[in-house]
Amino acid sequence: MTMTQNPPAITPKLIALHGITPEEYQMIIKKIGREPNLTELGMFSVMWSEHCSYKNSKPILKLFPTSGAGVLVKAGEENAGIVDIGDGLAVCFKIESHNHPSAIEPFQGAATGVGGILRDIFTMGARPIFLMNSLRFGKLDSPQTQRLVRGVVAGISHYGNCMGIPTVGGEVYFDECYEGNPLVNAMAVGLVTKDSIVKGKASGAGNPVYYVGPGTGRDGLGGAAFASRDLSEESHEDRPAVQVGDPFMEKLLMEACLELCQTDALVGMQDMGAAGLTCATSETAARAAMGIEIDLAKVPQRETGMTSYEIMLSESQERMLIIVKKGKEKIVEDIFEKWDLHAARIGEVKEGTTMRVFENGKLASEIPAKALVDEGPVNVREEKQPAYLELEQKLDLAGIPEPQDFNAVLLKLLAHPSIASKAWIWEQYDHMVRTDTVFYPGHDAALVRIKGTTKGLAASTDCNSLYCYLDPYEGGKIAVAEAVRNVISTGARPLGMTNCLNFGNPMKPEVFWTFHQAVNGMSDACRAFGIPVTGGNVSFYNENPQGAIYPTPTVGIVGLIEDIETRVPSAFQNQGDLIFLLGATRNEIGASHYLSVIHGRKQGLPPRLDLEREAALGRLILGLAGKKVLSSCHDLSEGGLAVTLAECAIRSPAKLGAVVDQLDMVMQSALGPQAQTGTEGKLRADALYFGESQSRCVVTVKPEHKEVLVHEAQKWGLPVFQIGKAGGKDLVLGERIQLAVADLSRLYEKVLPDSLNGGV
Amino acid sequence: MSYKAQVHVSLKKSVLDPQGKTVLHALGTLGFKEARDIRVGKYFEVALEAADEKKAEESLRKICERVLINPVIEEYSFTLTKSA
Amino acid sequence: MHELPRQELTKGEGLKAVIVVFPGSNCDTDCFHVLRDVLKIPVEFVWHKQGKLPQCDLVVLPGGFSYGDYLRTGAIARFSPVMQDVKRHAEAGRLVLGICNGFQILLEAGLLPGAMLRNRSLSFICKPVWLRVENNQTPFTRKFQSGAILQIPIAHGEGNYFCDNDTLKGLEDSQSIVFRYSAQTGELGDEFNPNGSLGHIAGITNAKRNILGMMPHPERASESLLALTDGRALWESLV
Repeated sequence: MTMTQNPPAITPKLIALHGITPEEYQMIIKKIGREPNLTELGMFSVMWSEHCSYKNSKPILKLFPTSGAGVLVKAGEENAGIVDIGDGLAVCFKIESHNHPSAIEPFQGAATGVGGILRDIFTMGARPIFLMNSLRFGKLDSPQTQRLVRGVVAGISHYGNCMGIPTVGGEVYFDECYEGNPLVNAMAVGLVTKDSIVKGKASGAGNPVYYVGPGTGRDGLGGAAFASRDLSEESHEDRPAVQVGDPFMEKLLMEACLELCQTDALVGMQDMGAAGLTCATSETAARAAMGIEIDLAKVPQRETGMTSYEIMLSESQERMLIIVKKGKEKIVEDIFEKWDLHAARIGEVKEGTTMRVFENGKLASEIPAKALVDEGPVNVREEKQPAYLELEQKLDLAGIPEPQDFNAVLLKLLAHPSIASKAWIWEQYDHMVRTDTVFYPGHDAALVRIKGTTKGLAASTDCNSLYCYLDPYEGGKIAVAEAVRNVISTGARPLGMTNCLNFGNPMKPEVFWTFHQAVNGMSDACRAFGIPVTGGNVSFYNENPQGAIYPTPTVGIVGLIEDIETRVPSAFQNQGDLIFLLGATRNEIGASHYLSVIHGRKQGLPPRLDLEREAALGRLILGLAGKKVLSSCHDLSEGGLAVTLAECAIRSPAKLGAVVDQLDMVMQSALGPQAQTGTEGKLRADALYFGESQSRCVVTVKPEHKEVLVHEAQKWGLPVFQIGKAGGKDLVLGERIQLAVADLSRLYEKVLPDSLNGGV
Repeated sequence: MSYKAQVHVSLKKSVLDPQGKTVLHALGTLGFKEARDIRVGKYFEVALEAADEKKAEESLRKICERVLINPVIEEYSFTLTKSA
Repeated sequence: MHELPRQELTKGEGLKAVIVVFPGSNCDTDCFHVLRDVLKIPVEFVWHKQGKLPQCDLVVLPGGFSYGDYLRTGAIARFSPVMQDVKRHAEAGRLVLGICNGFQILLEAGLLPGAMLRNRSLSFICKPVWLRVENNQTPFTRKFQSGAILQIPIAHGEGNYFCDNDTLKGLEDSQSIVFRYSAQTGELGDEFNPNGSLGHIAGITNAKRNILGMMPHPERASESLLALTDGRALWESLV
């Protein structure tokens, strides 16, 4: 074959610079039967990067259960998974990280993260209906963190708001382990009619291939490779790798693509995200087991003198690859013209399985598509339990003094930025556009209605990374359980899970061990709850000079509520409602927020989670919600019972307080063998007030519903305690806490504004 | 002829500039006490074709007044140079 | 040049509405839903490239980012082909409602006086706010009590209304200020003004009262499922 390039020789140094090991280079030679040229080397380097190939995580990801009732598109098959929700409708959702770009340039990094996840959804033919995000930063008092928070929030706001897609919820944590390596995980949920799901397949030889969107530039060059490296001091100088987002362009692209999905002209569609044109062309061809040919001279270009290497690897944003039925080109071109977009015909689907790239008619690259997509290296990484684990898990409760002033403890917990109100953040997101948002951010889970039906969708993202640090298996289980509990608390039945696995450098055996453990825990939880994993993403190399972040496997759960009128809010609703605590409380203060904030210790075993009991709690709440028995339901997590009750009061529309004076039964029930936690004997007061025992919820009911509640709880074998009554202006909890709701609320609301207002 | 214009758009003096005020405040907290006032504006580079400089100036004024600025709140100035 | 037939609001047959869709509009379907599904008012979309409006009584310019709004909000939208006809529709005395970005477009197009600056906080703000009805003698507000206090969401980055002193005086004298940001009690003050707008202005009308521009989104407060319903009377005023 004749190659047009006059490139630098492929030296070992150049190969290493592409992040390709000598063994991988030998694999490449075997696949194509010769040495690659520079363009081909670049293509392999991005497609075989962890970001695109999952070469290090694949063997572990196989642990996830991926099938289940209603799964229409499974994890890994396409850009995002799809689950049936009845009445001819399906929901498409995915969460993805944009951590490294956000560390370098928070505004554009976060904005393009939102852009990328939205493209994943509308590429499937689904209209995105809402966004969520899970954000983690260093300590809020550092100016560096404040700059990152402002930038990331402004970036998400800029992109999501302009697209007209509401950002309805999520989570935000502050911990020093994320200093310099923030996590920005964006989740999008879309709605599609079952018969208009689009696949990213280049099938049918002779069908033309179109490129739609703005011209290709040198921006984002090597982004996929960039996301797969440690964040070192130098990467702050690595700025050209960060892409710039244009939400208006994406809005046009989305509307045009969705309009196209309603025609019969479309064969397949794939966005150009990580690894750009290389990924889109090779993946669509590989999925269809076809060949594909494109001519780079026809690719719209924003800069002059771009080489084939640059064009194939560019990660310029807001571009799509579209495969069209031959003879229906006019339909496609007209739609894009309507939206002022340029659709360029750049190639064609071919017989065979080879992907060929031409430059002005001359061959620039020739690779079997499958070699790039499916036949990359798979590494079985070394694993080793980290040395810190046993040391940190040891916690002698006798050495933890119980505080004197529980009022002060509650105030301090509420004033911690991880717990305090996030309104400063979500008020910058348009969380109401599309007029479907039934529960604003600040509820246990977001809830949106589906117009024209009685249905609604609930969603939650969760992960307690301190739990995962101190016990990755249990932490993984709890991340799933908590997200499930949050969704169920609204009255919605979980449909499926997406996840974003944020970890350190997988070459470190300790990091890989925690990764494996966490995925094990998550998988076991998904199996126990019957929830399929429909997709997600892995983000390794989340490290800074101080070390790796806590293992953070962020879980996103989407649930369905058949009748939106059966929804359950999370805050107190009516004066005089009875307050019940569901679930057992144990002496579990290890790894708790209380232990960390009040005693300065991030130690101990996280609470134990009994999967069967959790599943029973879920069934109980869904049953009660269906009977419209519950006035409110709020699950217990960071800060335990006291923080949960405070949130129920602060978030209640009338700022209703509560008198919770019947805690004796809870105390007594905790007596008895606690073999699992090794904490026998009497329940400590701090564990009762602030402990984080799992599988618990605070629910309120009208007095006439008491019987049903107690009866149902007993039917499921779950501990149920009537602990008090909603009403009044104060929150009274046992003999140790009495505070005015107005004061709690003022404190809770001002934490973020005090740190973040007034900056640029 | 090819011309290149550099257009500066700023808020009229009578209009409060929330961006400028915030930047000024930030500078103060960062220790740049010498900064007295800041006005944030916009800058455009316009490449245009025109028969001569007078024509270029005419069309540039039109572009500014019809599109680039909102005369209720903004004013503009520009420099025009012949490009090679 | 296309001439719109000059006629009064179609009596008996009820209101007919049109929603203009710019490429970056994103509250177009929300307004459509409220008009068609909640209030059962006949409504259709008009694409901004269309030079001609269908016959109608009400034109809604919905919220969004009409052209990405990178230059100024609403700055490009006013040049859309359809805007010529919207102007004629307004000049003929028929109703035009600009919400959020639609209000910004009305200002840029000179159909209402003034301009928008960035919010005082420099941030986009999305939250329910309190409004005081300053004038209920308009086709848009006749179903409100005079001085009524409404809770309606805002969602914008540039809603900081500005005009010169003479214009402000003109607005005040002609009672063209329709909504002001206020406290729940109706009290006015900077602490109740979410974006820094001059005179706490949230919405204004023209002297003929057939054009209303407002930053808050009544379409987001028209259904009990969404918890807020104070915006509904605005649509009902039009019927």
